[in-house]
Amino acid sequence: MHYNLRKFDFIKLSRYFFLFSIAITVLGVITLAALGMNYGVDFRAGSSMDLAVQKNLQDQKEEIQSFLDEQNLGRYTLTVGAERVSIRFDDILTDQEEQQLKQGFADTFDPKASAEVYTVDVQMARELQTNAMMAVALASVGIIIYVSIRFEWRFAVAAIVALLHDAFIVISLFSILRLEVNLPFIVAVLTIIGYSINDTIVIFDRIRENMRFAKLKSKEDIAALVNESIWQTMTRSINTVATVFVTALCVFLFGGESIKLFSLAILFGLVSGAYSSIFIASPLWLVLKNKQKPKTPANTQTAG
Amino acid sequence: MNRMLAFILIVVVTFGAVAVTSPGLVRDINLGLDLKGGFEILYEAEPLEPGGEVTKDSLNETARSLESRINSTGVTEPEVVTEGDNRIRVKIAGVANEAELRETLKRPAELTFRSMRGCAPEAGFCKVELVGSDFVENGANVEQDSLGGSKITMKLKSASKFAEITREIARLPLGQNQLAIYLDEEQLSAPSVSGEINSSSAEITGGYTREEAKKIADIINLGALPLKLTERYTQSVGATLGQLSLQQTVFAGILGSAIVLLFMLVFYRLPGLVASISLIAYIWLLLVGVWLMEVTLTLPGIAAVILGIGMAVDANIITYERIKEELRSGKSILSSLKAGSRNSFRTIMDANVTTIIAGSVLYMIGTGAVKGFAVVLIMSIIISIITNVGYSRLLLYLLIRSNIIKNKALFGVKESEIRAL
Repeated sequence: MHYNLRKFDFIKLSRYFFLFSIAITVLGVITLAALGMNYGVDFRAGSSMDLAVQKNLQDQKEEIQSFLDEQNLGRYTLTVGAERVSIRFDDILTDQEEQQLKQGFADTFDPKASAEVYTVDVQMARELQTNAMMAVALASVGIIIYVSIRFEWRFAVAAIVALLHDAFIVISLFSILRLEVNLPFIVAVLTIIGYSINDTIVIFDRIRENMRFAKLKSKEDIAALVNESIWQTMTRSINTVATVFVTALCVFLFGGESIKLFSLAILFGLVSGAYSSIFIASPLWLVLKNKQKPKTPANTQTAG
Repeated sequence: MNRMLAFILIVVVTFGAVAVTSPGLVRDINLGLDLKGGFEILYEAEPLEPGGEVTKDSLNETARSLESRINSTGVTEPEVVTEGDNRIRVKIAGVANEAELRETLKRPAELTFRSMRGCAPEAGFCKVELVGSDFVENGANVEQDSLGGSKITMKLKSASKFAEITREIARLPLGQNQLAIYLDEEQLSAPSVSGEINSSSAEITGGYTREEAKKIADIINLGALPLKLTERYTQSVGATLGQLSLQQTVFAGILGSAIVLLFMLVFYRLPGLVASISLIAYIWLLLVGVWLMEVTLTLPGIAAVILGIGMAVDANIITYERIKEELRSGKSILSSLKAGSRNSFRTIMDANVTTIIAGSVLYMIGTGAVKGFAVVLIMSIIISIITNVGYSRLLLYLLIRSNIIKNKALFGVKESEIRAL
């Protein structure tokens, strides 16, 4: 069965995958520029209140709204679910306002409501964001150095492109779907980067190993070798992404409410990570490799 | 046969350790506020008076006074830490009157010197004679007194005011002629005044230990330059909601792990069984690690652990796929195991070292949740290498060397796929 499927040539079709990824990236850039991210309170000053309620208040949405209007707390958005009521305030609630609101809600609607409140100051939020971006940039430099030493710089460049691709795809998807971005989202993007690099390195390692024993005469030989390496690691790629996907899916479906968006980001990233390792990173390495001057084909053999 | 016994023994010991220690382990792990309820506040400190500056000492002193104020309300184990140059993070689990406590915490610590002048006998020290700003900034020091104890020296801004106060107090009957030092409502010390002190510098003696004297001097210095605290970030989680999140996420984790174990068993057969045993050991060791490193497990932290389970399986999958390839090429089971283990080891190390590099960078420059995540990530990779490479290979090696396993189908390799060597 494997052998029939292996006729599928990733290299010949790679330009379509490049185009596909570029299209998504451009779309992402446009949405990000036009709409930006839907920042939650972690990244935008304001307060958010989540109430776990024991009774279903969905048909009381208007009452809740008028209750909130009475409190006079500025602009807010209200979501009423079966077990959960979420309110996002554009302004920061003072602790008195927060207490009053909690108490008032419990008295009026559900005495057993249990609340979760976040308040973040703008300055803190910006600091967190810059900090995370710095972290990603520095981590990329570290990975480039390590992969350049262990493999060669072309692998490092291809791996970093794949990694940034994955991070960007997830950020774009969250922007396009207008999903809320909070601190756990940053942690999710960081997890994806870790996973993506892991996935890419496994395929690169196989390419490097095959290069060592191969007699490569033409560009076609290298292309065939890359294709073969991708196929040799295919079962592993599928099985690994399947197991991680299943665990992330369980957290998404059954985990706590506040972790749902986190696991959704991970799910997006997993798919993108598996895709980019196979369809972007490996063909990209080949493109870089083919640009190499033909007189030094033995270069990579010493890199291990 | 001995190897088979060794295999069984190792598995029994592992499961025994897991079964015996797990309940205690789960109970002792620090849970974040989002899982047990409570609140967290990040304060930024600014000098109350313009022109002042926030020093390391004044920040530490403010943190100490916050802690003692929280303790005085009977809350158990508040966590108060300073961050950077001017921040203090406070974490408190389960408080009944949150609003009141937050209000108290925000108020700058108030230093007062009080006397019993004109007070009713039962009122104690009711008259405030001096406040923090009457003292010269950083004017309080600790010196050795003639008896080998420690005394506190301090400087006042106005000598005449101090002269008047001390003159009046010295006139009071013995036992009432005291000038007590208060931080908020807590009495730190109540030295007696024996006569008028017409000077801008004064000293308090009374056989203090060096630590006691240092503490009072610090408070007087801080009192002269109190810090204003602003809430920069607050998070408050109801206890019920926290527990609900914990239950749901743990359930998701157990379900996810069970599916992964089942998948490994079905797809990889015998090695899959070994992988399942290793995964249980991995989860257990990870919990031990979290407990030993005193990591506070938050909701994203638990999610990272669950994802780590998925990623830890990867080491096993890489190895087993490699062994299967070797088996298909016609090698014997033992030499397939050796070649497969050797070839996959380099791959696993390269993949994991790159992830550790990413994790270390996050640890070094990340703050708060990002840092916590990095710790769990690095720890889970190291433990994954120990269990899913070392331990898992030992078990598989013992099984195969026991010469009981002869059938390649136990590795999920079909007879038809095997090529002649």
